Parts: sequence; C-alpha cells; structure tokens
Amino acid sequence: MSAAFRISGAGRLSQAKTASFSFDDKSYTGIEGDTLASALLANGVHLVGRSFKYHRPRGVLSAGAEEPNALVQIVRDDARKTPNVRATVQELYDGLTAHSQNRWPSLAFDVGAVNDVASPLFSAGFYYKTFMWPKSAWKSLYEPKIRAAAGLGVSPDKPDPDHYASRYAHCEVLVLGGGAAGIAAALAAAETGVRVVIADEQAEFGGSLRFESGASIDGQTGYAWAQGAIAKLKAMDNVRVLSRTTAFGYYAQNFVGLVERVSDHLKTPGRELARERLWQVRANRVVIATGAIERHMVFANNDRPGVMLASAARTYLNHYGVAVGRNVGVYTANDSAYAAAIDLKKAGVNVAAIVDLRDNPSGPVIDEARSLGIEINFGRAVVSAGGKLRVSSMTVQPKNGGGGRTIPVDAILMSAGWTPSVHLFSQSRGKVAFNDETKRFVPGAYAQDCVSVGACNGTDGLAATVDEAYAAGAKAAKEAGGKVGKSGKPKVDAGESWSRGMLGAAPGAGPGTTIKAFVDFQNDVTAKDIRQAVHEGMRSIEHVKRFTTNGMATDQGKTSNMHGLAIAAEELGKPIPQVGLTTFRAPYTPVTFGSIVGHARGALFDPTRRTATHGWAASHGAVFEDVGHWKRAWYFPKAGEDMHKAVDRECVTVRKVGGLFDASTLGKIEVVGPDAAKFMELLYTNPWEKLETGRCRYGIMLREDGFIYDDGVVGRLAPDRFHVTTMTGGAPRVMNHMEDYLQTEFPHLNVWLTSITEQWAVIAVQGPKSREIIAPLVEGIDMSDEAMPHMSVREGKICGVPTRLFRMSFTGERGFEVNVPADYGEAVWEALWAEGQKHGATAYGTEAMHVLRAEKGYIIVGQDTDGTVTPNDAGLDWAVGKKKTDFVGIRGLTRSDLVAKGRKQLVGLKTKDPKIVLEEGAQIVADPKQPIPMKMIGHVTSSYWSENCGRSIALALVAGGRDRMGQTLYVPMPNGTIEVEVTGMVFVDEKGERLNG
Amino acid sequence: MLLIRCPYCEEERPELEFRNAGEAHIARSTNIAGESDDDFEKFFFIRANPKGVIYERWRHIHGCARFFNAVRDTVTDKFILTYKAGEPKPAKLPGAAK
Repeated sequence: MSAAFRISGAGRLSQAKTASFSFDDKSYTGIEGDTLASALLANGVHLVGRSFKYHRPRGVLSAGAEEPNALVQIVRDDARKTPNVRATVQELYDGLTAHSQNRWPSLAFDVGAVNDVASPLFSAGFYYKTFMWPKSAWKSLYEPKIRAAAGLGVSPDKPDPDHYASRYAHCEVLVLGGGAAGIAAALAAAETGVRVVIADEQAEFGGSLRFESGASIDGQTGYAWAQGAIAKLKAMDNVRVLSRTTAFGYYAQNFVGLVERVSDHLKTPGRELARERLWQVRANRVVIATGAIERHMVFANNDRPGVMLASAARTYLNHYGVAVGRNVGVYTANDSAYAAAIDLKKAGVNVAAIVDLRDNPSGPVIDEARSLGIEINFGRAVVSAGGKLRVSSMTVQPKNGGGGRTIPVDAILMSAGWTPSVHLFSQSRGKVAFNDETKRFVPGAYAQDCVSVGACNGTDGLAATVDEAYAAGAKAAKEAGGKVGKSGKPKVDAGESWSRGMLGAAPGAGPGTTIKAFVDFQNDVTAKDIRQAVHEGMRSIEHVKRFTTNGMATDQGKTSNMHGLAIAAEELGKPIPQVGLTTFRAPYTPVTFGSIVGHARGALFDPTRRTATHGWAASHGAVFEDVGHWKRAWYFPKAGEDMHKAVDRECVTVRKVGGLFDASTLGKIEVVGPDAAKFMELLYTNPWEKLETGRCRYGIMLREDGFIYDDGVVGRLAPDRFHVTTMTGGAPRVMNHMEDYLQTEFPHLNVWLTSITEQWAVIAVQGPKSREIIAPLVEGIDMSDEAMPHMSVREGKICGVPTRLFRMSFTGERGFEVNVPADYGEAVWEALWAEGQKHGATAYGTEAMHVLRAEKGYIIVGQDTDGTVTPNDAGLDWAVGKKKTDFVGIRGLTRSDLVAKGRKQLVGLKTKDPKIVLEEGAQIVADPKQPIPMKMIGHVTSSYWSENCGRSIALALVAGGRDRMGQTLYVPMPNGTIEVEVTGMVFVDEKGERLNG
Repeated sequence: MLLIRCPYCEEERPELEFRNAGEAHIARSTNIAGESDDDFEKFFFIRANPKGVIYERWRHIHGCARFFNAVRDTVTDKFILTYKAGEPKPAKLPGAAK
C-alpha cells in the first residue's frame, strides 16, 4: 500500500518496509527510513502545526535540522512526551505517535488564531510596551497569562525513565559534518593512520548528496559514493563514525560537545540502550564541514503550508520518493531551485511556473528547465501566496510593479540562496568576514586549531569542495602527527554548483503594515517588524534581534538571521558588515537536559557519605539530616516521641547518665614533621610549642583578615605529631588553607599534612558515667583523673583495636572521644552501646549535640560566627597567644575596625517568657517603639529549648553585647515583640565542675 | 573545558582537576605583625583585574595537589605559561601578544 504522494521508483527507501504511525490521532502509513515529515508529506499532510505568536497554520519548511515550523509532540508514554521535536529530524518508527502543538481545539480550527487577526496589537516590542503598567500586575497577572499562552508543546509530568550515556573521546582529527566535504576530509586524515572521528546529524551520511541528483564521484552517484566511503571508514580501526550525532558546542582548546541520538528512532528503545549519548571530544585538529542552509524568500504569506525550501522538496523526492505536490510553483533568486523544478518535472509533477527575481540569468539548469517545457518568468516576483491551511495559488508580478496574475499551485518551492553554516566556527571564537561579492559571511580569522571546508567555508561546487576538504583533512592529520598516506583522493566526475541569490525582503514583502512576510517563522517575525525596530531606534543588530526576537527561537535563526540583518541594514542605509552579525552560541540545535546530566541524577546526583555507624543508627530509628555530603543521625525517637520529646530526653539523659554520639564526620588532619609545632603556631592563634605530648588544646584558626575561619580540638600525640580536628563542613577547605600556607608561604617548614577524616571513626561518650562505660573495654590506658585529665589524649587499645582516646567535651560533661580505625567503628560502637545500656545511657544525635553545646556556650563556627567575627567578638580572646609575633591573622586583628568599640559580640539571651524559643536569625533592637525601619543591633545565632534548664536559651551577636549584661532588648517578630535579657553564654554549670563530675 | 599544564606533573590535564587560587606573586611579609595599614591593604585587599595577561595561582587539587603559578590571557582564556610556586615571575612570555 503506497501513500498518495509516494512516487513509485523515486527515492531510496524500500517501499516494502512499511511503518504505521499516528498524527493527531489519525493513522497513516509510512516507510522505514522516513522522517515524520516525509511520511506526512507522502500522505499529503502539509498542515502540521500552529505558529508561536499568531497561531498561523504552518507546514514543513525544510528537510533538516534548520526546521522552524514543523514542531510536534512525540508521545511514547506518560513519561516520554517530548515537545518541540522537529518532524524533519524525527525518524519514523512503527507505532510512532505525534501530536501537533499550539492549537485548541484542533489544528484546522484554532481559537488562538484570533491573534493573527489582531496582529497589529502584537507587533515587535509588544510585550515591552504593553505590560508595563501597573507594575504590580506583571507578577500577578501579565506574566502568568503570557506564560500560559506562550510556549509550544507540553512538558512531560513524570520523571524521565530513560537513561543517558556519556563518553569522553580523544582524536587527532575530528570532522564535523558528513557530506561530501566531511567524508573527503575524513578519508584523507584516516589514510595517515591517525585517530579520526567523523560525525553527522543525519541517519545517513551524504549531506546534500542526498538530493543532488547531478553529482557523480569516482564513477558512482554522489550518494552511493558517500555510502561506500563511510563503509570504508567504518572498517578502519583508527576511525570512529558517528551518525545521528550533532556537534552542538565548540569550546576551548578544540573541546567539542556532541549528542548522539541512540534510540529515539527505535520502536522499542529497550532498557539496555541509552536514549542519547553525550560525546565530549578533545581533538588535536578539527575540520568543520557543516555545509550551508538554504534561505527562503520573504514575501506575503510565505508561511502557508506547502511553501517550502527548494532543496527540501528535492530531498523529499530524491531520497524519500515523496512529491510535495502535484502542481508546484517555484520562486527563486538563484539557480539551485531550477534543479528542484527539473527533478520534480522529470518525476511527473507539474511545474506551473518558475518565477525568478533575476532579470536575465543564463546557465545549463535554466536551459534544461526550458527544454522540459517549464514556464520561466524572469524579473518577476511572487508577491503573495494564496490559501490558508494549504497554499492554493501564487500571485506573480513584475518585480518593479505592474499587473499581476494568480497561478494555482499546491506547493511553492523557494530559494533565496545559501547561507554558510558558520555556527561552530563562530562558537570556536573565530571571526567571520563578510564577502561583499557573494554577500555572505564566511570564516575569517581562526582562534583555534580548526579549518572550515566546503560550503560552510563559502566554497562553491562539488569538485572544489572535495579538493579543498581532502587537502585540509590530509594537512590536519599531518599537523597532528600523521604520516602521509597513500593518496585515494576522490575524483569528482560531475557536480552541481550554485551561489549568490538575494538577502532580505523580496518585493512581495510590501511596505504595508498588514502584510505578513515572514523572516523568522518560529518566532513569527515579519519584515515589517524588523523595519519597525529600526524606525523605533534600534541601531545594532543585537538590539534589533532582542526587540523583534528574530533568530531567538530554538532554531536560532538558521534560515532567518541573514534576511533579518539585510532588512535592518537596508533600513539603516548601512552596509551589512557595519550592522553586524549576532554571535552564534551553543547549542547548535536544542540539547536535552538528560544528555547533559547523564547518570548524575537521583542517588548519583551528588555523593552521599555515611559514617561507620550509619547502619546501626538506621536500625535504631535514627532520623538523619544532611550535613554537607554526610548523612548524620539527627535524633533517635522512641515510640510515640516527636522530635522535641526525643531531643529533650537525649539532652537530659546525657547530663544525668551519659550518651553516645557519632562524631566521625569531624574533619581530621594529621600534622607531622620536625616543624609541626612551628607550623601549628603559624596557622592557629594559640601557642603550641609548649603543649605537652598527650595534652589537647582548643585551637582557633583565622584568615589573614583576622576573622575566625575554623576551630577544633588539637591533640599532641608526639613532639612532631598533632591530631587536628576541624568542623564537619570545613575539613576540605581547612586542609586547602593549610596546604596553601605550607606550600607557598612557609615552604621552609618540614611538615606533612594528611587528611585522616575517613580513617578514624569517632564515638563521643559524654556524661557522668562516660568513664565507666568506656573503661571496661580499654587496654593500656590509665583513665583516672590524675593520669588522664580533661583535655588529654592517649593511645592504646579498645575492644582489642587501636584507639586514640581523647578526653574532651563538647557537652560540658565529663567526656571522651574514642577514635578507632573506621572499619572497626561499628563494632566498637556496639560494644560501647552494650556498656552504656547497663547505665541507662542514650544514643544522641546532632540536634541534642547542638543543644548541649549551646547550654555551655560553645560556639559553632559558621552558625555563631559568619566570617566577620573575631576571637574577641566571640569571647575567645583567651585563645589568642599574646606573646606570639606571627600567626595567620595577627595583622588583621589589629585593623582599626576590628579593635573599635561597639563591635557585635557574642552573648547569651534569655527570653522574659521562658517558654518562647526565639527564631535563629531574628533581628534584635534596643527600642521596639522606634519607627520602621528600625536600627538593628544584632541577631540571634543559636536558639533552642533547653529541657535541662527548663527554659529556652539563645546565643546572639549584639553590638557592644558584653557591656549590655542584664539589659532588656527586643526581638520584633510578625506576631509581636519578644522581650529578652542579655546574659552570659553559659547556661549550665558556669564553673565547669561537671567536666570532672 | 580548558587544558592546563601542571608544572609538577609535567603534562596537560583537564580544568576539572584544578582550582584557581587567586592572584600570584603576592608575598606575605615576614614581619606581617609590624606592617603598616597601607602595606597590609595592598597585600590583603588590592588585586589586579587586568584585561589581558594575568599572573595567577592554581592548585592541581585533584591531581598532585600542588599549588603553582600560571600566566593566562583573560581575553582568550589561553594559558601562556605555567611554572612552579616560588619561581620568579617570568621576564619574557612565549608568544604573548601584549
């Protein structure tokens, strides 16, 4: 069964292999190898969508990646609904389901088309001018409405079930584009033996050889030669051939991003195949062979379905065996459309007339068309296309005015000339140059090791293209280290050649305000819009572009940029290069988020770090919180407990009996070497030289500006060995900070720094019973107060494994931190837990840890400090070595602002109503009756309910805070002002007796 | 993605392995505690922001972890030269435009 417009004997597809598909719920039959566009056209379907702004009926303009009109929604299932798929790129598979977009209730009858009638309202700059007032309406009214009305297609509302692969590749020569030029370049490079990658966006290689019926190379048709050459390249070990692969971005140092569409063309993609594969290729040399894109003619109603590029009509005929109409008209300003007319005529399609804007062109194609009996009109213009849902006629007039006649047609094939595809060259930061003779931008100065060949380089003619490309491929390979290969240069027997044409609006674009002669189909930009932009004061093409949105749709103006530029230049009365070309940016064609993201989503989006006791905590009901990449046990609720009850119980139990806490996430760095103490002196404010082996000290690290950067307890294990701890989130940057100084400022110090965070699991055992819990498991350490006082460290064994046992406290209770090799962490935890159970100890999480430390006024860097807090501000002046002559931050601390009076200082706050818990971050004022905006004198940094105190407690940074002890301050909140009293920072055991309790 | 030559590893590696560490050749005074306000301001706060050649520090953090110096053109992003920390500012740059 053959579709109505499929021509028997034409094209290269096997008519036996049919594929059924549906478009807007109607079933059709196509052939394997079709694109959705060719299959629809074979069935006589030209109307495939509605335009973005005016909802104009639209058809298929092109046969490739430049398509601005035929955008459809492809639906595989609920989660695979891809909008804005170009029907000209989507390969047909059996069962394909497609829907048109931007229409309601149906494609043929679309209510939104009222925008077309009301179009004088929607001229260029419409949005900028109209929705300015009232300002408040933008967010609440205009933007949501515009957003609902705009946009094409519908996003899927379920997670993408497909997976996306990603690969890096390296090669000596990367060839972008697989037409005659790309293939010739790849052949030349491959013969030298270097690694070659050649990529083309189409399913089959050949580029314009797919439609150029006049091409013959090495005694074969151009297309057959291309297939043979690709087969030869595929068979070579040093060549990688990538079809369905679009080079979308050209980055620094010949780094090129390509997307390979792996399974979008398959009926059942299957789970083992990725949907797409991202290739990130680093090439020594790049050969750009991206061809050229045909431009449309700009005349009234040039967007009617059935009006298309001449080369597209040829591709549909010569490759897909599809006639785009039965009675076609041709409108051209260069030779290439004649070839389309000739091919169609020979295939039995009536060519009503060729309308050529040129006055007296001559050449072989013109002679051939004439000899086939095709009517040719020189010096005439198509001033309008008739019909609505499908073109029905073309009105032809002498180009300088005069009487016109209307010719019935069912398709118009147009060609204004060819635009070299300099997108990737431009992305490589190369500068394009305008060739005034041929009126086109071609590659000028290169910024990277690449070369453009063929049509994208402005080279005309197949023979010249193949010569140039072959030489460039050989040269690139040689420069990249290849040896000169045996010459197998393809011989071009016959080829087609054309150039020139026209830029800008044709006579049919009219000066009238109601005429719609489209420049940019996808964004509905007309010639009038661009003229209007100039009249309203836009001078640069960058401004014209943004004002009209010309070239800003997802097709990035592949067909429209040069026309828009030429119209603006004409209106401005300036030559084209002076108006300038807009910058090309990646991606060349739309790229899915999936291909960029690859496997980095869900659980693989970001690494998760788990401590050795994670499994134990999870099985004991812990609720976890994220701290950096770490999962930390937040609290351990028992049956019936909410977070507050659990935290209250944990806090009370630790102070009454004891508790176990996993502190493994603390950063740990070992500072080792003969100069270790000297290094510590320089990196911390405290003195270290005199710290005895086996003792610990709370250290403060500053930045050079004098502000607190990190803090932590440091144990001296030996004269030349310090075990440094850092805050959980700060470990990597503290390590970087230390390495920076060691490598660049103090390289004379003989010191090694080693991150040991992952090597040691840390179990904090805190509370009056902590020693009783640990002692039965410890060997070789005397844990008596005399032998092991507060702030000391001992090495020995626990449960038979090595331990660094610290006596230290972040709770204010007698406390220990048991460091064991991480692999033993869980086992030692279990043993300690069993001992703890005998005394009624609890496991506690990070929330209780925070409350317990706040009850003692111990700060957390980054919570109670914010990068503008000095040790003095934090009440930690005692930790700064007064006799030291140097440490990082020593000079910063003496800056005038840092020693000025009235700085914000860390203090305690008690709410007058003990039940009220302040919000962290809440602002503090001295006088609540002052007018708004009030003068803020500080803010709350930490705030908790303290079950141990039976009231709320808070820490705050307050201007001149230590001089305000006992003062009443105010925290204005939306529900009323809260009175607070300034207090000291220690809420429990001010004398610190419990450390030995 | 840029390729950066680590002067310690003596090979070009992808940018992902490196981290920028600010302007190079700003030495910390050996008597920093006695430094004047003006000198400290210059040392700590003032940085060049040139259009063109910049001398800056990089760290091969996901490689050998060494800090080193680089000369880069801020216009083209091209690395003109990399050299080890502690080596003097190169008097002559290979193929530098300006």
